[in-house]
Amino acid sequence: MDKILVGLKRVVDYNVRVRVKSDGSGVETDGVKMSINPFCEIALEEALRIKEKGDANEVIVVSIGTSESQQQLRTGLAMGADRAILVETAEPLDALSCARALLEITNREDPGLVILGKQAIDDDNIQTGQMLAALWGRAQGTFASHIELDGDKARITREVDIGLESIEIDLPAVITADLRLNEPRYVKLPDIMKAKKKPLEQIPLAELGIEASPAIAETAFEPPKERQKGVIVDDVSGLIAALKDKGLV
Amino acid sequence: MAKILLIAEHDGAVLNPSTAKVLACAAEIEGAEIDIAVLAESAAQVAAEAATLASVSRVLTVENEANKHALGAVLAPQIVALAEGYSHIFGPSTTFGKDLMPRVAALLGVNQISDIMSVEGTHQFKRPIYAGNAIVTMQAPTDVQLVATVRTASYRAIGDGNSAPVESRDISVDLPTHTRFLELQAGSSDRPDLQTAAKVVAGGRALASTENFELIYALADKLGAGVGASRAAVDAGYVPNEVQIGQTGKIIAPELYIAIGISGAIQHLTGIKDAGTIVAINKDEEAPIFEVADIGLVADLFSVLPELTDAL
Repeated sequence: MDKILVGLKRVVDYNVRVRVKSDGSGVETDGVKMSINPFCEIALEEALRIKEKGDANEVIVVSIGTSESQQQLRTGLAMGADRAILVETAEPLDALSCARALLEITNREDPGLVILGKQAIDDDNIQTGQMLAALWGRAQGTFASHIELDGDKARITREVDIGLESIEIDLPAVITADLRLNEPRYVKLPDIMKAKKKPLEQIPLAELGIEASPAIAETAFEPPKERQKGVIVDDVSGLIAALKDKGLV
Repeated sequence: MAKILLIAEHDGAVLNPSTAKVLACAAEIEGAEIDIAVLAESAAQVAAEAATLASVSRVLTVENEANKHALGAVLAPQIVALAEGYSHIFGPSTTFGKDLMPRVAALLGVNQISDIMSVEGTHQFKRPIYAGNAIVTMQAPTDVQLVATVRTASYRAIGDGNSAPVESRDISVDLPTHTRFLELQAGSSDRPDLQTAAKVVAGGRALASTENFELIYALADKLGAGVGASRAAVDAGYVPNEVQIGQTGKIIAPELYIAIGISGAIQHLTGIKDAGTIVAINKDEEAPIFEVADIGLVADLFSVLPELTDAL
């Protein structure tokens, strides 16, 4: 295939313990470390491996967000992507609008494969890939832990609740990456320098002319109920006594 | 009034327990009138089971050879056709529902609420974000259909005793042929299913090998418990992917959860928050798992596990 399109979302780093703002208006993101969503990184790694095997000519990374998302796109370019597209929007976008924006980019670029992360670790929605596949009228290989390309088809191993499911899909298609698809490479310093010279196109969201979606409002945020710290027992007999006390054994 | 279409999850023979939990959520919506859709190659057996569930008004069956395996891309257009006239379309937040429901939502041109954990109104729900570190209240528009998945760990399965009518539906839509099922490698285990087990014993990276996981299996079998694992143990290849608990694995709510050699990363803790009693055994007394454990034992798992299993 010629091109692979990969989505990169800028999210709060997975090591950050997110806190709800005291007024309940959102979560604290000021001064918090931001990174590429880990599943998006896996998606990009897979695209790069496909290209390195000679099965694709170009890897394009795309992000939707504020101009700050350029940082994550630059990291993607440093990992090995050939060029980047930022769909710029000041406001956070709902999943359907993201899928519609990605569809516009997909139609422009005509990739043989779109690889996205299976979920973003901020909103945990697990929607965008499936929505894009639906709007595009193409197959979806969600939660992929293995991808085998075979001409205009791909065999996907999917991590499902009862084990591993294998499906065959016609390309072009959307694949969403699960944890065990690969281990993303580390970015080396010379690659960061090289990435600065790679093209990064900025497109205002309005220019894509996507239809407005019926958005679902987030009206309040609250911290989860904390569990109370319990007791520490000294030994196995103490543990068994505590379990018996609760009627659990 | 809320006219709710609930998409049944099944394997062609039996209903997945997730369906009765989604039903429990849907039944909390004021004025709910709930129909269950069974899309299958041959739906009679599953439909008969669904008809016994409390709160179900009707069971609608859609039989098609193409529905033999639950492929989201194949099921979605049929559900869209079936969904006409319904205000809510609900599915479980299992890999089945996660794959399928956003495809349905996109075809309907609406957004989706994922992982409903509580009902606040006919179009208002709470859901966890950031691996459960924040809970957000979502208000969906009332003038379009609402597609949602339900976090099954937040609900107890609804009871049975009902005998709802079963009606067959003919859906004539073009089904895509771009997706073909090849095979399913299901874990073969006689142990209770992780997502419905009353007791779960889980091991982490500290187990250090597939062989050492036998210690976990031995304790689980003594307790009649299901077996789970942390992401680290799955990544290391000690256990298969389907036993992973946490943000990107399974969310569980057993009465008793025993975490062994699991440090308790936030991504893991989000998967066990709703457990009745959490027991942690870890040799690192600073491990974050002790912050949430009801009963903690600071000890080397290799010395205490055989002792615990023998003593029970």
